[in-house]
Amino acid sequence: MWKNLIPYMKKYRWGMVVGPALLIGEVVCEIFIPLMMGNIVDKGVYAGDVGYVVRMSLCMVLVAMVSLTCGILASRVSSLTGIGFGSELRRAMFEKLQHYSFKNIDNFSTASLVTRLTNDVTHIQNAFMMGIRLLPRAPVMLISAVVMALAINRSLSGVFFVALPILGVMLYTGGVFGFKRFRVLFKKMDRVNSVVQENLIAMRVVKAFVREEYETGKFNDANEALAAAMMKAEKLMILMMPVMQFTIYGCIIAVLWFGGKLVAVGSMRTGQLMSFVSYVGQIMGSMMMLSMIFIQLVTSRAALSRVHEVLSETPDIADLQTACGPVKDGSIRFENVSYAYTPGNTVLHDIDLSIASGETVGIIGSTGSGKSTLVQLIPRLYEATQGRVLVGGQDVRSYALNDLRNGVAMVLQNNVLFSGTIAQNLRWGKQDATTEEMEAACKAAGALDFVLNMPNGFDTELGQGGVNLSGGQKQRLCIARALIKHPSILILDDSTSAVDMATDAVIRAALRESYHDQTTLIIAQRIDSVRDADKIVVMERGRIEDIGTHEELLARCRVYKEVYNSQQKGVQSHA
Amino acid sequence: MARPRVSRATLVRLMGYLKPYRGHLIAVAIGVIVSAIAGVAGTYFLKPIINECIEPLMGQAAPDFSMLAAWIAVLAGIYAVGALASYAYNRLMVTVTTGTLARIRKELFAHMETLAIRYFDTHAHGDLMSRFTNDTDTLRMALSRGLTTLISSSVSLVSTFAMMLWLSPILTGLIVLMMVVMLFCLKFLGKRSARYYQQQQKSVGDLNGFAEEMIEGQRVVKVFCREDEIVNEFLAKNEALRVAATNANTYASVLMPVMGNLSNINYALTAMVGAVLTILGVMDVGSLAAFLQYTRSFGNPITQLSQQFNAILNALAGAERIFEMLDQPPEEDEGTVTLMYVQEEADGSLQPSAEYTGLWAWKDGETLVRLRGDVRFEGVTFGYTQEKTVLHDVSLFAKPGQKIAFVGSTGAGKTTITNLINRFYDIEQGRITYDGIDIQRIKKADLRRSLSMVLQDTHLFTGTVYDNIRYGRLDATNAEVEAAARLANADAFIRLLPNGYQTVLTGDGENLSQGQRQLLAIARAAVADPPVLILDEATSSIDTRTEKHIEQGMDNLMQGRTVFVIAHRLSTVRNANAIMVLESGRIIERGDHEDLLALKGRYYRLYTGDFELD
Repeated sequence: MWKNLIPYMKKYRWGMVVGPALLIGEVVCEIFIPLMMGNIVDKGVYAGDVGYVVRMSLCMVLVAMVSLTCGILASRVSSLTGIGFGSELRRAMFEKLQHYSFKNIDNFSTASLVTRLTNDVTHIQNAFMMGIRLLPRAPVMLISAVVMALAINRSLSGVFFVALPILGVMLYTGGVFGFKRFRVLFKKMDRVNSVVQENLIAMRVVKAFVREEYETGKFNDANEALAAAMMKAEKLMILMMPVMQFTIYGCIIAVLWFGGKLVAVGSMRTGQLMSFVSYVGQIMGSMMMLSMIFIQLVTSRAALSRVHEVLSETPDIADLQTACGPVKDGSIRFENVSYAYTPGNTVLHDIDLSIASGETVGIIGSTGSGKSTLVQLIPRLYEATQGRVLVGGQDVRSYALNDLRNGVAMVLQNNVLFSGTIAQNLRWGKQDATTEEMEAACKAAGALDFVLNMPNGFDTELGQGGVNLSGGQKQRLCIARALIKHPSILILDDSTSAVDMATDAVIRAALRESYHDQTTLIIAQRIDSVRDADKIVVMERGRIEDIGTHEELLARCRVYKEVYNSQQKGVQSHA
Repeated sequence: MARPRVSRATLVRLMGYLKPYRGHLIAVAIGVIVSAIAGVAGTYFLKPIINECIEPLMGQAAPDFSMLAAWIAVLAGIYAVGALASYAYNRLMVTVTTGTLARIRKELFAHMETLAIRYFDTHAHGDLMSRFTNDTDTLRMALSRGLTTLISSSVSLVSTFAMMLWLSPILTGLIVLMMVVMLFCLKFLGKRSARYYQQQQKSVGDLNGFAEEMIEGQRVVKVFCREDEIVNEFLAKNEALRVAATNANTYASVLMPVMGNLSNINYALTAMVGAVLTILGVMDVGSLAAFLQYTRSFGNPITQLSQQFNAILNALAGAERIFEMLDQPPEEDEGTVTLMYVQEEADGSLQPSAEYTGLWAWKDGETLVRLRGDVRFEGVTFGYTQEKTVLHDVSLFAKPGQKIAFVGSTGAGKTTITNLINRFYDIEQGRITYDGIDIQRIKKADLRRSLSMVLQDTHLFTGTVYDNIRYGRLDATNAEVEAAARLANADAFIRLLPNGYQTVLTGDGENLSQGQRQLLAIARAAVADPPVLILDEATSSIDTRTEKHIEQGMDNLMQGRTVFVIAHRLSTVRNANAIMVLESGRIIERGDHEDLLALKGRYYRLYTGDFELD
């Protein structure tokens, strides 16, 4: 799992070398201290050599100072590296997201993407940091303690060679089972969280249907399952403790017994025996550290796989190297186009459609008939599964995405304004738009009056999502934002649904007048929004049912007539 | 770390949750003390073993190891007791922690379900959610590690200190001096770290907010090719976070090496002074050896205590947030009138029935009143907050079987009216009656059971399509569910799902379109089969032609029921018995479609398209 993330550690490679080096320096210092201590007792105290004791002790202070310096620097370097890695990961994810096509976006929910980018990355960053802090430390501690012990007395070190493999096998076994149990634990935790989340979102439904007890029951089941899984996982983890302690204490006792005999026969000094006991402590500490790292790595696995999913998703639309320049005119042609979101789930079948530059085309059809998908193929937000789409006489795939999308402006169905001023929002369409340009675009979109009536006009701050505007006002600003681009093709995907009919008509008139050389595609629910278009495309179940003018379709197209009738009853009797 | 302020009351209350485990906790405390003492004693025994069992044997021709063996046996016994005690208390703590957390989560959820809608309307969901996740997690960590570390560190600190004092008061004096230095360092580092930690939290909020907004608006970003600009802005925020987090983290992690090495220096100084004392004959070698072991282990509890102290403070802050939610007063319900299934006898009298009969009655004391669906508003005035009145003196009536429609702009008060009928919110002035009974007197659960709502934002639950529709009435059979789906015109698309009615919908039904979700919600209301139906923009995401197709089903659904309809689209409301045009919380026009058109007022202008609704 972790190896997938290695590329994002690159920038901080130096830290991954320098940090451990400093850490090792610190550890080596720590190891020398018990050795010096033993010497002080043996060569100083027993020999009655005060000078030696003072020299050695000063030397120890020096070593501790070096260790302190290394330790502080290592903390700094590992923070830089660990946090830097997290920040690289976030950057990579965010950049990756910008390369996603609509299809890629469909694969993740917004909420889950936000969690992955924030909580999951933080979790991984913390695990990584703990890893780089402890991982070099524990084995070095372990090995050097063993080496030191060997140097003092080879035969006594035999104790470790019996104890360590036993401990290793037990820890490994525990780890394997622990991993399984933790995986179960995370699943149960997800379930608990999803019940809470769903209840928070749908509290009105729960209350309206008086399902509080039902939901509480659901939660209790999930909660009990979680508690049981937690019990199981934790029980195993704490079993590791006595296993470790028994091994370590066994070692101390063995060292004392065999060491005592060695001291008695004079082949070892008491000071050396004391140092030896210290090394047992060090070995215990490093084993504990290893098991801590292990737990961290296990618990970060879920986050890792979630982040990896985002990073490994291949954007299904890639930019070509041989781009053919900007869009020349507003002609559009669909040649035998099919589209399936997933194999077998075809939403567009064999679409053939030609639109001349400068035409206004209406598209009508029921929910799920494929209208939105059809127009989203034009700026290549989705990629046709079969056939080809031509814009300005060129296959959309031969344009650079920026060129294509600058030529094709689209006002989406669920449109979004961003926090910032109205002017900042409008300048999304054109970064250097002048006030005159903004006024012109707003005028055509029927938004100028209300914008000028706002307290600060174009400099009025909008809350996130444009919360301080009404639905109709938001839609009109979104249209203005698209118009300011002066695109060759303008696509309005049900973008005037909250605009009143009179304003809707004004907008359409303005588009005809001031933007007559621009091809305009209008998806609408209301027949009135499309009735004066040059032609109207009627969609039904992913196919084009008919194409014609309002009058032609009214005369011959059953689906169109049904839509018309569903909307016209009142007007006929009261117009 | 930033140290949150916590009150003593929170601590006391949290202790209350541990009460059922009193026995466990006493055993835990004993276990902790035993294992800590065993640890200290184990170290202390090094002295007699080296001094009295090993040193005298040096140079002897035939050393007698029996004394050494005896002492080692004692040591082994101490170690074994210590290890067993530590396993025992850890094992007990798992039970305590898991049980306590499960109970807290259970209480929290059960309590959450009783809270009024107002609470959810005025609190961010993410914030409430984090009480189940982050806050319980900090609590878990503090309980499972903090509590025992606190006890064991204190015990080893005190007992180590006592031992050292006993072994050599002079050297202990030196240690105390070093301890002052250590505490000073701790305080300095803690202050620095808290400052950067706050900066970090601010940057995190900033970055998360930006990421959330941009991910939500991702499609717009693509359409306008703004990817590069967005990335640059993100990188600036990311960098600010990186700098703050690196600093916060450095100061937090420097604690270990600083404390560790101070204790090393401490060790060296002690060794120096100790060695001199030994040579001067004030101290023996064994005592020095033991003392130095204590010196080595003296720094650990201080570091551990300072770390756990933060964890415990954070956990208490979490507990405070959990208790804050638990302390929210539950939705008031002083109603006594209940709803029950009844059967109609041949003589027209009503008899209670245990099963679903399709017939209901209100039980007011001993009398049974047939549920008919007569709803009246009499001079109702209401505001969500004291300052802003949303509805002014609204009076209206819906006779059984009538269809009443509400039309008006966002904020005119349409949805508020429905919020009042089912008592999501309670009115301040006026009264609402249901079959002649003041709804304040009806038990809330029963009132809501008699109403069925289809809301604008349709919410589904993780589960099968069957489960989701059955949400309306839990004892509905599969056949009844399917019939309801057919009525709502949802049957066709459900059958096209991979597993038909058994298809598991995940999350909030993300794999269905908004229109399909609305159809499921209508089916859910249909299966509930209540006498009163509230449709709040129930068909807003369904195109007019599909709406036309389900019109028949909707008509069937509304047949014989009192219906309140809120709709944007006038075609949806035109056949209502009465249409109320709301503006700024007042009914400005009322009447049926023909009346209102004849009036040539607001409704007329809406209808002819002169006026925009939001």
